[in-house]
Amino acid sequence: MTHLFASIDLAYWQQTAIKLLIVTILVPTTALIFGIVFLFKVMSWMQSRKGPQEAGPRGLLQLLADGAKFMQKEDLIPDKADRFVFKTAPIVVLLSTLLLYVVLPASQHLVVEDLDVGIFFALAVSSVSVIGILMAGWSSANKYSLIGAIRAAGQLIAYELPMVLAVVGVVIQAGTLSLNGIVAAQANGAIFGFTALGNPFILTQFIGFFIFMAAVQAELTQPPFDMPVAESELVGGYQVEYSGFRFLFFFLAEFATAFVFAGIAATLFLGGFWIPGVDISSNAYWILGPIVLFTKIMIVAFIIFWVRFTYPRFREDQLQAFAWKWLIPLALVNILVTGILKVVF
Amino acid sequence: MPQVPGLIKGLGVTFGEMVKTLKPDSRGGGPVTVDYPHVKEDPAPRARGVIALHEENCTSCMLCSRECPDWCIYIEAHKYLAPPRREGGKPRQKNALDRFDIDYSLCMYCGICVEVCPFDALFWSPEYEYSEPRIADLLHDKSRLGEWMTTVPEFESYEAGSEQKVKKVPS
Repeated sequence: MTHLFASIDLAYWQQTAIKLLIVTILVPTTALIFGIVFLFKVMSWMQSRKGPQEAGPRGLLQLLADGAKFMQKEDLIPDKADRFVFKTAPIVVLLSTLLLYVVLPASQHLVVEDLDVGIFFALAVSSVSVIGILMAGWSSANKYSLIGAIRAAGQLIAYELPMVLAVVGVVIQAGTLSLNGIVAAQANGAIFGFTALGNPFILTQFIGFFIFMAAVQAELTQPPFDMPVAESELVGGYQVEYSGFRFLFFFLAEFATAFVFAGIAATLFLGGFWIPGVDISSNAYWILGPIVLFTKIMIVAFIIFWVRFTYPRFREDQLQAFAWKWLIPLALVNILVTGILKVVF
Repeated sequence: MPQVPGLIKGLGVTFGEMVKTLKPDSRGGGPVTVDYPHVKEDPAPRARGVIALHEENCTSCMLCSRECPDWCIYIEAHKYLAPPRREGGKPRQKNALDRFDIDYSLCMYCGICVEVCPFDALFWSPEYEYSEPRIADLLHDKSRLGEWMTTVPEFESYEAGSEQKVKKVPS
């Protein structure tokens, strides 16, 4: 995007305003797409249901109606709540999601900010949501909220590690932290000298892909890792006291984060916006890039939501044991093997 | 890792269910959803939808009213003298039903009134579409309860080989 505006020669503040606008439009749109396609439709199909039928054609506008419903609900704040922290918490959570969109490349130039340390930045800002969740849980002055928030913090920190370690394998293989560079490395790669398909890292980093997907599932606090919001025991975890548009913020953040994490997984392991047959620096990617990336995101997201709709919830100790006893050692072994193979070949 | 085959099998179940739901009806697929306001669902056999009253069988014995746990059946009757059956006989004393109301806003559909009725005047009907905007309209009087009689199905046998129970309605 920087290159696009370089020719039109906009001032810095104008560029920033346009970038801000794009990100703020993307977040609710992607959350809506995911909510309708996966939460409403795919979930109902997996349960032999039809899903919403009445609102709009085939019920596709149901989520808009739900959104409108949330907007007109009363914005309740508990009496004993820490009002300032309570009010800012959903914004902090949504902010971490907004920041994640900044580095996701939809083509070589079609990226809000092409950082050299793209994946590092993405993993760093995704942890900001933990602070927002802890703020929400603590400031609600509610036992369930606090327990939910502490569970969320424990879970997100535990699964942050395998996620970072899984990404390290990809970074070693690509030799760069930039998301654009990782895509280029996959596009220019070769499988035993066969270059037509490039080298999507899902082939060489399959263990990394598995660990990354498991960690993403936990980061999104989706079933089977939804202990923090386990509605049957914690009512709704840190979301208990929230209503109206503040609850909507949490909802938006959850699904928009699912979208962007699916995008990062697609970029790291499936070649991002690149498809075999079209050169990586081709101008066709101005239009083709977003379409290809979106398709790959939908495939990855289908896996995420498929797992979500299939498995029952982990117990808290199983959840921690899975991260510390299985995923982290596995990720460390993966890094070691990747490093050795990188040196050997 | 003994759990892994089971986990993969579980993913297969949900995926298979999705494929089955998306398949057209003609090929054995389709969702279980019934588009209720547009399509009416078939109630289960012996479904308890609404209680119908066959007025001619009622002797105003008040058993149903007294057994009703919610006290939602209101009966009022008066006695009158019917002409004797045979010439020179005594006039017979009979009960005439003035009021037979069931308040469905109180009824809990236990069916005790239907069970307890000694003269087969009360029947279960599977109809369920009688909600009202005003709660007072849920009090069905004897003419409304009588209208439900047309929807009462024939009895189904309780189990294989058991004697068929018949609706004792004098025609």
